[in-house]
Amino acid sequence: MVNFTQYMISGLSAGSLYALVALGVVLIYRSTRILNFAHGDMATMGTFFAFSLLSWRFPFYLALPLSLLFGALLAVVFYFSIIVPAQRRDATLLGQIALTVGLSMIFQGAMIYVWGTDSKMLAFPLSDTKTWNVGPIYLNELSLGTLIVGILGSILLYLLIQKTRLGLAMRATSENLPAAQTLGIPTRTILATSWGLAALLGVLAGLFLAPALILDPFFMLEPFLKGFAGAILGGLNSLPGAIIGGLLIGIIENLCGGYISLEFKNTVPFLIIILVLLFKHEGLLGKEFKERI
Amino acid sequence: MNLVESYRDDLKLIEKPWTGCWIGMTLLVLVLLPWFSSAHWVYLGTLIFIVAVGIMGQNLLIGYTGQISLGQAGFLAIGAFTFGHLAKLGIPVGLALLAAGLMAAFFGVLVGFPSLRLKGPYLAIVTLGFGIAVYQTFTSFEVLSGGRMGLVVPKFPALFGFSREVSMYYFALLLGLTFTLVTYNLVSSYLGRAFVAIRDNDIAAEVLGVNLTNYKLLSFAISSFYTGIHGAMFGMFMGFIEPQMFNFSESLIIFVAVVIGGLASVEGAIFGAAFVILIPQIFSGYREFVPVIFGVTVVLIMIFEPLGLAGRWFKIRLYYRNWPFR
Repeated sequence: MVNFTQYMISGLSAGSLYALVALGVVLIYRSTRILNFAHGDMATMGTFFAFSLLSWRFPFYLALPLSLLFGALLAVVFYFSIIVPAQRRDATLLGQIALTVGLSMIFQGAMIYVWGTDSKMLAFPLSDTKTWNVGPIYLNELSLGTLIVGILGSILLYLLIQKTRLGLAMRATSENLPAAQTLGIPTRTILATSWGLAALLGVLAGLFLAPALILDPFFMLEPFLKGFAGAILGGLNSLPGAIIGGLLIGIIENLCGGYISLEFKNTVPFLIIILVLLFKHEGLLGKEFKERI
Repeated sequence: MNLVESYRDDLKLIEKPWTGCWIGMTLLVLVLLPWFSSAHWVYLGTLIFIVAVGIMGQNLLIGYTGQISLGQAGFLAIGAFTFGHLAKLGIPVGLALLAAGLMAAFFGVLVGFPSLRLKGPYLAIVTLGFGIAVYQTFTSFEVLSGGRMGLVVPKFPALFGFSREVSMYYFALLLGLTFTLVTYNLVSSYLGRAFVAIRDNDIAAEVLGVNLTNYKLLSFAISSFYTGIHGAMFGMFMGFIEPQMFNFSESLIIFVAVVIGGLASVEGAIFGAAFVILIPQIFSGYREFVPVIFGVTVVLIMIFEPLGLAGRWFKIRLYYRNWPFR
């Protein structure tokens, strides 16, 4: 039982970061129907930017917002300079996905060029060696902070989407683009905001993942794939689904690692997703595939 | 582009005498390549023929049937390791190749089952999961992967007094040609048209009498058969294989090759293969820029030439054919 609680806690803390990544994927998918394969690399770029800022002796409370902004800016620039022209030329959906794959390769190359492939240490204020004992359970500072950030980020996003005018416009745009345009919503700005917001969430996840993993240009690949899987598990166009999916992936992964085998920690979540999709093929909370001919 | 007057015309592979001339000359150059060029070009040529087979297969799946798949590396690994183990047991090359292809096709059908219900991104994640699961399985079980040092695969034997590399070159050329011809015929047959119908609108295709279950599974089976052959040939060419060769970025490179070459085009697959092999060679001095070049090319092609290199090639030919009119 103690072990179980321990696995659950580490699962929740990893899952909250996957949930952040999944939220970014879902935000972009909901508004533009694009699967963003560059999401992980955008997050890595932001994290590396924070690394540079910290090594130039910026204080952390300044480096954090600056790197979040940097990630958001990257995504907005990408949206305006590449996605918009491609859509103007009637690019197919597969084509737009290919665009994001291309972008992820460009980012990877750029990061290797600027920062090199050797792994780095991010000077992070929270450490995972500082632990507290609560009864028989160990809690470390980093996973606690991660959990708090994950939950806080999700709540803030929920408030933004559900309670503000911007969120209303975002929901309208993702629901029906032409109708939103007719109603005078500046849809292009709104879509760009969605992209920026998604990248911001990704960078936030990246910053909290970097101290636990090793910071190199490929470190976000696995968290990205898992966040992506979480988004699919929850249903690609449902924001609560993304949170649930991300958390579930984190928990399943840690339970598998604890009880089954550590080697298949990365595989079992995918197998479970395949099984879930076979029976509920729009994810747990998704609503799609009702099409007219 | 052409005035097609009869079904025979439509099925013709070589439309104009000039085209036949060009193709014949290209073939002649390819056949004579080992006689006049350096070993390096023979090496590259072999690699391009091998990769082209796999990319043709993925183009059948992604370009013609419209099913997004990101698990190619899994099929490559299955093909390569099946071939490697069989060849080590002393089974003849042809038989082992066939077995590798069939094994990959079998797994292709397994992966294809979810495709009956899932679409677009959901299918992408299932195939992605498959690729990762195969990779993990091979890295975790040393019985399968041949241990830490990888699996040593017997290389292609030297035949007819040629050196080993040159015989492999001719074998790859022969195989590449066979698969190209088969693919052209496949695409213009009932099968290929059923695939295209599924891509354009699966419900409408079903209404018109295309059996979705059979044809989607068949598409997965055929494409993974090609990819399995690609993997097996690659293993034989390299002489040794390890799971690390078949990771997620390999799947992405194949996907990129399909897109750069041109979706739903057989020539496109060959162009795409040549592109992903030659670009890292040309820029071998600046290794870190290779992904950037791939990425920039994908972005440029998607914005300015959504039909890929094959589309550009088609437009160039059209321009000269109609010159001076436009």
